[in-house]
Amino acid sequence: MSTIEITGLHKSFGKLEVLRGIDLRVEPGEVVCVIGPSGSGKSTLLRCVNLLEEPTSGSIRVAGVEVTDPDTDIDAVRRGIGMVFQQFNLFGHLTVRENVTIAQRRVLKRGRAEADRVAAENLSRVGLTDKAASYPAQLSGGQQQRVAIARALAMDPKLMLFDEPTSALDPELVGEVLAVMRGLAAEGMTMLVVTHEMAFAREVASRVVFMDAGAIVEQGPPAEVFGKPREARTREFLHRVLEPTHVSETEIGAHLTD
Amino acid sequence: MKLSRRRRQRIVRVAGYLVFVLVILVVVAAADWGRLSDAFFRGDVARSMFPEAITVALRNTIIYTLLAFVFGLTLGLVLALMRLSSILPYRWAATAYIELFRGLPALLVLFMVGYGIPLAFPDREIPGGVYGSVTIGLGLTAAAYMAETIRAGIQAVPKGQLEAARTLGMSHTRAMVSIVLPQAFRIVIPPLTNEIILLTKDTSLVYVLGVTPATIELTKFAGDTLNTRVNPTPLVVAGLLYLVITLPLSQVVRALERRAGRER
Ligand SMILES: Nc1ncnc2c1ncn2[C@@H]1O[C@H](COP(=O)(O)OP(=O)(O)O)[C@@H](O)[C@H]1O
Ligand SMILES: [Mg+2]
Repeated sequence: MSTIEITGLHKSFGKLEVLRGIDLRVEPGEVVCVIGPSGSGKSTLLRCVNLLEEPTSGSIRVAGVEVTDPDTDIDAVRRGIGMVFQQFNLFGHLTVRENVTIAQRRVLKRGRAEADRVAAENLSRVGLTDKAASYPAQLSGGQQQRVAIARALAMDPKLMLFDEPTSALDPELVGEVLAVMRGLAAEGMTMLVVTHEMAFAREVASRVVFMDAGAIVEQGPPAEVFGKPREARTREFLHRVLEPTHVSETEIGAHLTD
Repeated sequence: MKLSRRRRQRIVRVAGYLVFVLVILVVVAAADWGRLSDAFFRGDVARSMFPEAITVALRNTIIYTLLAFVFGLTLGLVLALMRLSSILPYRWAATAYIELFRGLPALLVLFMVGYGIPLAFPDREIPGGVYGSVTIGLGLTAAAYMAETIRAGIQAVPKGQLEAARTLGMSHTRAMVSIVLPQAFRIVIPPLTNEIILLTKDTSLVYVLGVTPATIELTKFAGDTLNTRVNPTPLVVAGLLYLVITLPLSQVVRALERRAGRER
């Protein structure tokens, strides 16, 4: 059974059609990286998987459960899906330890001792054992994002969604977050990752999906998508992100006159 | 001649200040200081007010304030959640309530509760007697203001906080209680403290409900003493006792606002 099975997914915000018929499967243990230009609907796709956005039409099955079915207990489905946001979204009024334990306690009804033990385990997994008593505001962006990952992992998810987890970070902090994600992938976690880190996608992804204008343009193993992209739009996008200093004026419609 | 806004503002400010100084000078020159101090600062009159000024009047002022505050805060929270509800009739009801009670004088509402409710429900009493009437009478108005404050506080918590909580499997209610409201309350503590200060002063309206020696508060207590002693010193005493409550609270507000400013 596929971990995610999306068929014919459409999503509109009012008149704006953001997803125009997405079909996508993610198998257990796969790391699927979604790349594509800003505004192409990558976040919306991810947010439909755990129903942060309500699909307009189409079907989304997570571990066989149809999430769009009104009879589905969506809170139960979300428990099994970890999500990491671009802006971290740590709970500012709670310490790092409490951030990692609160959902264990309130949702999974774990006792304090067990929740603390699981928190310690996952904080050590992301290398932040010594920050358990700190508040999020006292941490660097990279540390905050690692706590966010630990918070999600503490719920024992079967699937992790990452929405540009390093895009809000200073360049020197990107590496520590990617290292944690690389470790997760190596442990066999099923991951759907929206990212602009092409090196990460090339190295870690089992499959790369290129999206543009609300549709999947092409997908395949990273060596194929990065090595010999079939579609012109993919080539153009990769050219822009891999060699940003070489984007010509004509490409963006700007002409320096003098 | 066209003056810049900046310049015009400065002229207005300087003029205002000069008028202020002039008024002070006139008052100081015209006042008969000997008679003033005889009238307002009579030690024997002041002494005769104690200990009741504190054990009864100040105590009741504080009790009325706290009761009305707790009632107003609870109702205000409910109204704030209703205003943010996805259910349209809730939003309408809350908006109507808030507009109504912000538009009515607190004194009028107090009258309505003190006299209107007993007339409307002759066989029932408001529980707690005057204390109950004050709680509701002042709390109804306070709730309207606090609802708006709390709503703003909830909206100031980034949307991502609720989303992160929902993503972890929390229900909407659980996410509000554990994640959003604690952060919203941190944001609204300074304005809510201001609301306590306003309520403290509004308890001076309680006399309209007809208080007994046991339920008397500061303003009425001072007024009564003024009548029996034919001397206004009690007003000064009452004023000082109000400041004993309100000045520390203003300091708290200022300290909290400074801290909030630093954290940003
Ligand atoms: N809640 C929303 N309401 C209206 N429009 C939205 C909303 N969320 C996203 N959009 C629009 O949908 C499009 C796709 O957004 P998004 O999925 O965030 O793209 P990406 O993540 O690929 O940059 C954008 O044009 C964006 O403005
Ligand atoms: Mg996005």
